[in-house]
Amino acid sequence: MVNLTQDSRFDFDIITRWITPGERVLDLGCGDGDLLAHLIAERNVKGYGIERDVNHVVACIKAGINVLQIDLEQGLAGFEDAQFDHVIMSLSLQAVHNTDGILSEMLRVGREAVVSFPNFGYWRHRVSIAEGHMPVSDILPFEWYNTPNVRFFTMADFELLCEKRNISILQRVAFDEDREITTDPNNYASVAIYRLGRA
Amino acid sequence: MTTSATSIGIVTPQRAHFDTPLALKSGGVLPAYDLVYETYGTLNATASNAVLVCHALSGSHHVAGVYADDPKSVGWWDNLVGPGRPLDTNKFFVIGVNNLGGCYGSTGPKSINPASGKPWGADFPFVTVEDWVDSHVRLADRLGIQRFAAVLGGSLGGMQALDWTLRYADRVRHGMVIAAAPKLSAENIAFNEVARQAILRDPDFHGGNYYEHGVVPVSGLRLARMLGHITYLSDDAMAEKFGRRLRHGEHKFHFGVDFEIESYLHYQGDKFAGFFDANTYLLTTKALDYFDPAYDYDGNLQEAMARAKAKFFIASFTTDWRFSPGRSRELLFALMHNGLDVTYAELDSAAGHDSFLLDDEHYHAALRAYFSNIEV
Repeated sequence: MVNLTQDSRFDFDIITRWITPGERVLDLGCGDGDLLAHLIAERNVKGYGIERDVNHVVACIKAGINVLQIDLEQGLAGFEDAQFDHVIMSLSLQAVHNTDGILSEMLRVGREAVVSFPNFGYWRHRVSIAEGHMPVSDILPFEWYNTPNVRFFTMADFELLCEKRNISILQRVAFDEDREITTDPNNYASVAIYRLGRA
Repeated sequence: MTTSATSIGIVTPQRAHFDTPLALKSGGVLPAYDLVYETYGTLNATASNAVLVCHALSGSHHVAGVYADDPKSVGWWDNLVGPGRPLDTNKFFVIGVNNLGGCYGSTGPKSINPASGKPWGADFPFVTVEDWVDSHVRLADRLGIQRFAAVLGGSLGGMQALDWTLRYADRVRHGMVIAAAPKLSAENIAFNEVARQAILRDPDFHGGNYYEHGVVPVSGLRLARMLGHITYLSDDAMAEKFGRRLRHGEHKFHFGVDFEIESYLHYQGDKFAGFFDANTYLLTTKALDYFDPAYDYDGNLQEAMARAKAKFFIASFTTDWRFSPGRSRELLFALMHNGLDVTYAELDSAAGHDSFLLDDEHYHAALRAYFSNIEV
């Protein structure tokens, strides 16, 4: 989806801050289970990951993570209302077709949701477009013709959607590389992380 | 990895006799019985490395390896079990056991009923998944195994693994339920009933006492197996394997074999009818039909799973329509409801229900990874 190396997963630290010890956590698009392993180590969470790619699933099993091989495009059918304290989607929201549906499912199954995504409004991306090309960067390493990302949106777009859908933004942190951005993040931040609740 | 490099090699079945009567779920009692089993690997000093492999409808205790007198007699899950294989016999002590009511050596309908001196035949009591598991427990006691590292099985074998985790929750650390379902659907039961009727209506069945007549209900058994085989494969697998290919290169306008798929089904039916016992087939399909751990919980699977303490590995295959992935998901959601540790692999495979017996790369990678994390 996006390419962040383990030591640059600064979003992990933010997400960890928002999780209280012993919570029940569901991680959507959990990859190799790195975030869950981190949350289990730091917060002793009861965690499950959802992942559709079988190689990631095997990696999770190797890491001893509870992983469920389910395609998120199916939504979260079968999960119970408020079954989890937090439903997390780290850097995967832009790779799901049914953005609207998955957000509403996250807030059905979770008391709160945490999402992080690459901000397509980042100024370097704007420059790239202004120069006539789709952005390719560390955080968006794919070319337009091979990207798994299917939804391209900015922080401003996302916040508008939240407003339309009555989703409360409880907290927001934005970054450029590992530097926190507080001024005009829609322009200066490459990654945004949100803590969401039902309004 | 080649097959020979990691085969367990020559194996020998063993027999355990039990004198303590076994009370069965049906109300019947088996006064005494034998269980035939095989073991692979070595039980460690604390007996913490034992894994029980439960078999499905036509399986047996012969899970892995070959018999010295028959090099073709490769165990039914040999690709899984052996030194260096996903269920590694260098680490685990693996047990396969033929279920009661079977026809591979454990006490079953063709065994002699001590009360009459004749084969049990139709008098053999109904046996259930729970009865089988109760008998496994006695074998475990006999072998000095208090707690299994894992109990696993595919299909009907997975149901036994599930029952282990519910009724003997303290005696199994990992339940591995593959290509199974928490209960049969009406459609599943319907297929079983047609298979049973094929046997029951065979004139050579003689009410189940065909042994005395020196005959076997071959025709019924063949039909039952042919029907079963259709449900084990997938449309994709049949299309790929046979398509509409003709046996004789042209339409013959007869009722003999025209299409390769017909030839295949006949071959499978004939082969099966040559060795499998019709009464075992009847009893085993009924055991499948009756299995329903939620039955005593008003159909509430979540409540039924509340007894479990094990960690679970659940796997299903995309083209399995006998026990589709949706059936496995029912189970995993009921387990998660109870806060249990669950891993679920929903594997891409064209081979239908039979996929669980194949050595698909990803499937075996998932199993290998899971087994490697089981502490012994």
